[in-house]
Amino acid sequence: MNTILDVKDLHVSFKTYGGEVQAVRGVSFTVKKGETVAIVGESGCGKSVTAQSIMKLIPNPPGKITSGSILFKGRDLTKISEKEMRKIRGSDISMIFQDPMTSLNPTLTIGDQITEAILQHEPVVTKKEAQFRACEMLGEVGIANPKERLKQFPHQFSGGMRQRIMIAMALVCNPSILIADEPTTALDVTIQAQIIDLFKKIQRNTGVAIIMITHDLGVVAKLADRINVMYAGKVVESGTTSEIFYNPQHPYTKGLLNCVPRLDLERGQPLIPIPGSPPDLFAPPIGCAYSSRCEFAMEVCDAYQPGRTLVAEGHEVNCWLQDQRAKQVKFHLREKTYS
Amino acid sequence: MLKYIGKRFISMMITIWVIVTLTFFLMHAIPGSPFNQERNTNDTVRKNLEAHYHLDENLFVQYGIYLKSLLQFDFGPSIKQSSTSVNELLSRGFPISFELGSVALLFSIVSGIALGIFAALRHNGVIDYGAMTLAVIGISVPNFIMATLLIQVVAVDLKLLPVATWASYKHMILPALALSMSPLAIIARLTRSSMLEVLTQDYIRTARAKGLSPFKIVVKHALRNALLPVITILGTLVAAVLTGSFVIEKIFAIPGMGQYFVSSINDRDYPVIMGTTVFYSTLLIFLLFLVDIAYGIIDPRIKLHKKEGE
Amino acid sequence: MVLPNRTGNEKRQFPPDELFIPKKRKARNADAIVRPGLSYWQDARRRLVKNKLAMAGLVSLILLIIMAIFGPILSPYEVTKQALTESNLPPSASHWFGTDNLGRDVFTRTWYGARISLFVGVMAALVDFVIGVIYGGISGYKGGRTDHYMMRIVEILYGLPYLLMVILLMVVMGPGLLTIIVALSITGWTGMARIVRGQVLQLKHYEFVLASKTFGGKTRRIIRKHLLPNTMGPIIVQMTLTVPTAIFAEAFLSFIGLGVQAPYASWGVMASDALSTILTGQWWRLFFPAFFISLTMFAFNVLGDGLQDALDPKLRR
Repeated sequence: MNTILDVKDLHVSFKTYGGEVQAVRGVSFTVKKGETVAIVGESGCGKSVTAQSIMKLIPNPPGKITSGSILFKGRDLTKISEKEMRKIRGSDISMIFQDPMTSLNPTLTIGDQITEAILQHEPVVTKKEAQFRACEMLGEVGIANPKERLKQFPHQFSGGMRQRIMIAMALVCNPSILIADEPTTALDVTIQAQIIDLFKKIQRNTGVAIIMITHDLGVVAKLADRINVMYAGKVVESGTTSEIFYNPQHPYTKGLLNCVPRLDLERGQPLIPIPGSPPDLFAPPIGCAYSSRCEFAMEVCDAYQPGRTLVAEGHEVNCWLQDQRAKQVKFHLREKTYS
Repeated sequence: MLKYIGKRFISMMITIWVIVTLTFFLMHAIPGSPFNQERNTNDTVRKNLEAHYHLDENLFVQYGIYLKSLLQFDFGPSIKQSSTSVNELLSRGFPISFELGSVALLFSIVSGIALGIFAALRHNGVIDYGAMTLAVIGISVPNFIMATLLIQVVAVDLKLLPVATWASYKHMILPALALSMSPLAIIARLTRSSMLEVLTQDYIRTARAKGLSPFKIVVKHALRNALLPVITILGTLVAAVLTGSFVIEKIFAIPGMGQYFVSSINDRDYPVIMGTTVFYSTLLIFLLFLVDIAYGIIDPRIKLHKKEGE
Repeated sequence: MVLPNRTGNEKRQFPPDELFIPKKRKARNADAIVRPGLSYWQDARRRLVKNKLAMAGLVSLILLIIMAIFGPILSPYEVTKQALTESNLPPSASHWFGTDNLGRDVFTRTWYGARISLFVGVMAALVDFVIGVIYGGISGYKGGRTDHYMMRIVEILYGLPYLLMVILLMVVMGPGLLTIIVALSITGWTGMARIVRGQVLQLKHYEFVLASKTFGGKTRRIIRKHLLPNTMGPIIVQMTLTVPTAIFAEAFLSFIGLGVQAPYASWGVMASDALSTILTGQWWRLFFPAFFISLTMFAFNVLGDGLQDALDPKLRR
């Protein structure tokens, strides 16, 4: 009963001039009350599309949820009307975006933009009360002099401040899920750390569940309870944060971890980039999408989709290396060269 | 903000000065113009001109006197209608031109914006194609052609409205329509494209994520931003309506300033040409100045160097 | 432990054992560009051709040019030849577009008017281009103080009401085809200068220019070889959109009696002469010049819009 969001086999595609891009190809994951779930992957892997699909914010046309379901507190969001969806957006599920510089309307005051969500979803609330709540919320996210600042315009705030405002705006109606789409990517590193701390604090205080979309495993390590690693529109590995970090199974997850600077490793140990680029999703590969970049690719990987394997409690991976027959295969690893 | 206004004001004054000076020296450079001491006009007129422009003095003294009289809003005498001055012509003709011009402008702004918004919201739909076809026609058909076409069809063939002259509000419809077609088309196109761009902005997605209705999103979040570029071209449109009124008033036989101006051109009534040019230019530049300030007020991110960055 | 697929809409697959061998790596190119590489100009042309409205404009334009060249030649009548006995004839086999009140052939005069309109339009655009490129190029390339002052001047000129200034100049210089072009150019080049300057400023610091400078390229060579080809897009668009403005201005001036003078035929003169026919019913005298001036402006406008879309690198797909 703790599960509030259950995404099942979600498929999303976009019609373009070149044909249909299958951006999300069967993604499943769940979110429990008050936890933080991360979706991690490179740009273009479908993680943002997944997030926007939950809010049904994909521009349609060209985008469309082609199959699958999104169960939010038992209701299938893919089936309800736009009008019903509007009631959920911003009040039950809210979202913040990557670029705080462009995500706020430059011609409206901060106060206007925060209170309008309250006034939209709670018609009984007066303007004054809404303003009071907006003020409280701004204080909550760490903005000094909230009362005066409500009257200011977005360009009078720094990037970090604006992201705080975005967070305040998203939380002002007490949603049960907050989707954060690369919330720290556009910010300076020091500001990033502050925003991550802020997420922790608000989660403690409000018990909101957070879906954190990011390409940065560093962000995830501090924040997430569970991680879904996405590649080319599919979840390739999922598990608790410690399982993913200390017992990664999928070569792609390992590759991602090798890209993260770590303090616990010896000095001078290089970061290892993953060579190549993700496949074209106009015509997704028949087998494992990662096989063209994978060091441990086998002939089977190109021809067949790998099934799911349960590695540990709650830790699943989709990879042919988990097959018994793969244990005997000897790989001739390429020399790693660094220049 | 004050600094911004001050800066714009100074640049406005410079532009006006350039126009006044240009006009003055150009008029004195014309061979055969009455400013050149050529005795080809009648005596009364001669006297008027002498009295007003001090033609016996040297050119720069004349220029100084001219500037001084302009500062007192005195635009000098006419040579063809010896008893009247440019000021009298203006007071007779300008109210009519002003009425026609503002009706045309208002109509073109309101319907242009409305058309642009609907086209953008129904992007690639029937309304969009219809509106844009109308807009392309509006831009392509010169206003004097549009005017004759309207007279032919609406007034002569269908007999719905009077053909010409200036008597009742019915007389105003056709000239105002002819005058407003091309500004309307320009506004509609600009509104549409800027609306389309604004609708793809991140803050529109934020507004959607808050659960606002499409109507609220358009009115509160998109419109204001989409109209900013429209404001910047308002000045140009006023200029288009103003110069357009020259021909429209001629075609519809409306006794406005535009018609006086055209006939002064045909009669080579140089003092009237000079006076009207200075008057209209100053008016236009002043309106441009107002538009700039309005922009500064509406857009909270006052950009001093907006023009340069375009 | 192998789990079943969660949904089962993917076929349960049992791959044969022999596939469990390391993948044979072909000479693979992970970064291969999937779609064929098109150059900037190729891509622009492809997009322009796809734009139906712009193509309609281009076709009408070509037809108009052909008729402007051959129309007056094809016709047995002269432009200014009066034949009072044949005045105000409706369109017929001998006079395709009818005749005017002085018995002149409207067909001949219409295409003669096309010559004037196209000539004025193209010349105005060319002169604007030359002045604009020189002025804007110098301003943008030199930068600093020179740029500042040169742009102040442009700003002031830009603020002047265009058509009013043209009228003033025409009054001073007297009517005529050449003076129209001069008057249009004196007032019209500022827009082009601003665009060129903007482009040059943007491109000035690009690496290929720096590279060329390090290899000892002369300033003039840098401008000609590197800067200009890269700034052509917006300039072409601006030129295309200058043409209809100039054509309109010429017709407007001729209409109020300041442009091309009778007996020569310009569309503006013809429309002005035909004003009285609204009440007398010789529709052909107004219709043909009116139609073709509108068509010409339409053609240039939609072509300009199409070029703008096609040459905008942001819209590249």
